Amino acid sequence: MTLRTYVISRILLTIPMIFILFTMVFLVIRVLPGDPVLLHFEKQENPAAMERMRHRLGLDKPLWIQYLDYVAGIFRGDLGESMVDYSPVAQQIISAFPATLELAIFSMVIAVSIGIFFGVEASKGYGKTRDNVIRVFGIVTYAIPVFFLGMVLQMVFGLGLHWFPVESRFPHGVDLPSGLAVGGVHFSTGLYTIDSLLEGNVYKFVVTLRGLALPSLTLGLVLSGVFIRLTRSNMFETLQLDYVTAARARGLSETSVTYGYALRNAFLPVLTMMGLQFATLLGGAILTETTFSWFGLGRYIVDRISSRDYTAIQGAVVFFGIFVSFVSLVVDLLYAYLDPRIRL
Amino acid sequence: MLTLIRGSGCEVVEVDKSKVRKGMLSSLIPGLSSLSQRGLAGWLVVLGFIMVTSIVVVTAISPWVVPYNPSQINVGRPLLSPNSQFLFGTNNMGQDVFSRVLSGGGIMLEVSILSVMICLLIGVPIGLLSSYVGGIFDRFLCLIMDSIYAFPGLVLAIAIAAMLGRGVTNMAISIAVVYVPSYFRVIRSQVLSIKEMPYVEAAKAAGAKGRTVLSRYIFPNVVPSIVVVATVNFADAILTAAGLTFIGLGVPVDIPDWGWDLTNGSRLLSSGAWWVIAYPGLMIILLALGFTLMGEGLSEMANPRLRE
Repeated sequence: MTLRTYVISRILLTIPMIFILFTMVFLVIRVLPGDPVLLHFEKQENPAAMERMRHRLGLDKPLWIQYLDYVAGIFRGDLGESMVDYSPVAQQIISAFPATLELAIFSMVIAVSIGIFFGVEASKGYGKTRDNVIRVFGIVTYAIPVFFLGMVLQMVFGLGLHWFPVESRFPHGVDLPSGLAVGGVHFSTGLYTIDSLLEGNVYKFVVTLRGLALPSLTLGLVLSGVFIRLTRSNMFETLQLDYVTAARARGLSETSVTYGYALRNAFLPVLTMMGLQFATLLGGAILTETTFSWFGLGRYIVDRISSRDYTAIQGAVVFFGIFVSFVSLVVDLLYAYLDPRIRL
Repeated sequence: MLTLIRGSGCEVVEVDKSKVRKGMLSSLIPGLSSLSQRGLAGWLVVLGFIMVTSIVVVTAISPWVVPYNPSQINVGRPLLSPNSQFLFGTNNMGQDVFSRVLSGGGIMLEVSILSVMICLLIGVPIGLLSSYVGGIFDRFLCLIMDSIYAFPGLVLAIAIAAMLGRGVTNMAISIAVVYVPSYFRVIRSQVLSIKEMPYVEAAKAAGAKGRTVLSRYIFPNVVPSIVVVATVNFADAILTAAGLTFIGLGVPVDIPDWGWDLTNGSRLLSSGAWWVIAYPGLMIILLALGFTLMGEGLSEMANPRLRE
């Protein structure tokens, strides 16, 4: 199989999965509860208003037409209207998403860095105390509720030591990073780290990083266990291969043997795992965002749950699903590009 | 290493003779002795089992041992730090944190047990059937299960819980939906390899019906893997239940619950009342850790090749 046919078949495989996902979300939000409008109006004291909402949101049509409208809407980038104020859900999601993406990227970087570093250390001292301590650390990370860890870090490094801000992505009273403005053209990503760099404002960049520190450390630590385990076992095997011994025999330093030679081979599974863990990461982001009052997509969902805005929840869940499928597609393609065996 | 293959041909039991010794603990509880013969993995299981059992026992006997009624407000002044009268301090409503910690495991245990039961009831039969029948039926189920599996679990659980409303059963259902694919995948891959084994062929050749082959010859060999998935499922169910409670989808009753205590305590952080969240948080960690250790040990035993 050439790389091209692999890419095409991988993309084709994604399509049925996305459709199942759309259907699943539709079943959960529209069919399972019977009538989301009934749920929205808890007291059900105003039948006329309920009828108006049903009509406005198209929920009075037969289910199969609702389904077709819904799927067609997704392809137009239309995720429906909010039950609270009838504003387009897609727009709200797009404006909340960069906060989540920035948190997710930094958390992933932290998780993988911790995972690789400790994984390599553990594999070098395989079976010794160092290895066992790292293994225990890895196991414990599986058992910590992410929001509890967030609160502990807030208390220690925020309220106690005052090293980092406790709640808020960006301090009040400072203008948000504006991004790049050349002539009349304005470009910004919504990722504050990138926007502040585009603006050329180092102060805002540092402030953004400080705000990111605790939430991304929280999420990164919880995810790091998986990467520690994976790196540890892969590195242990790789370090015993002939080419590593050969590199050592040539007198290369231990650091360059482990990180320059062995890690290169042990990294591919880590890459796959990054794709798989991205879904877990987004789930964790919902709880982390709630802990740190981080106004991203996770916080958006939680807010909408409390205001019983089921169309908004549906839109956000669909968006999460599409995004995760996209990430796993990209990771698989990257893997195929890096590991020629997959194309054979 | 001595490898015994029992008469039925189903089980392969490995006994490392050098490690056969009976500790005090293992002589007290039958069954533990065979676990402790399995080295580190066995001890992980024993340790995890002890942690989980202690928490279950404490939760069960808590009504008779708590120093104060855990639900009663103003048994002391609000937000007292830990002292001799209130071992773990009091929360913002003047409830005794120690009593709430002792009795707060009930909801989490109920939710996790119920969700594992639902998973077993749904995931195991369809996993067995799908892989045994094969064909389009199998392909179709695989596609659905893979789609659920790839989806962010917590997001899906939150969506389902939000639609079903609050309550122990609803929480358990929303967690179970997320974990059924894990059972399905593990069972399916196991059955696919077991199906090809000579003894299954022999059973078929001897005229055994499909149902008999599946239940008497294949199923027993899948059980170890199911147990491993179930322990991991337990740990995750506890953490997910805590997470659902944290975002306001918990159980709205006046029963002490660690998840609720954590949520309540999160609003009190700025007052410096660390004790309100620290103890219930540690209990959740201990319970989840107990299951994780059991899962870790059991999976090492189920797949001896992974053993280091």
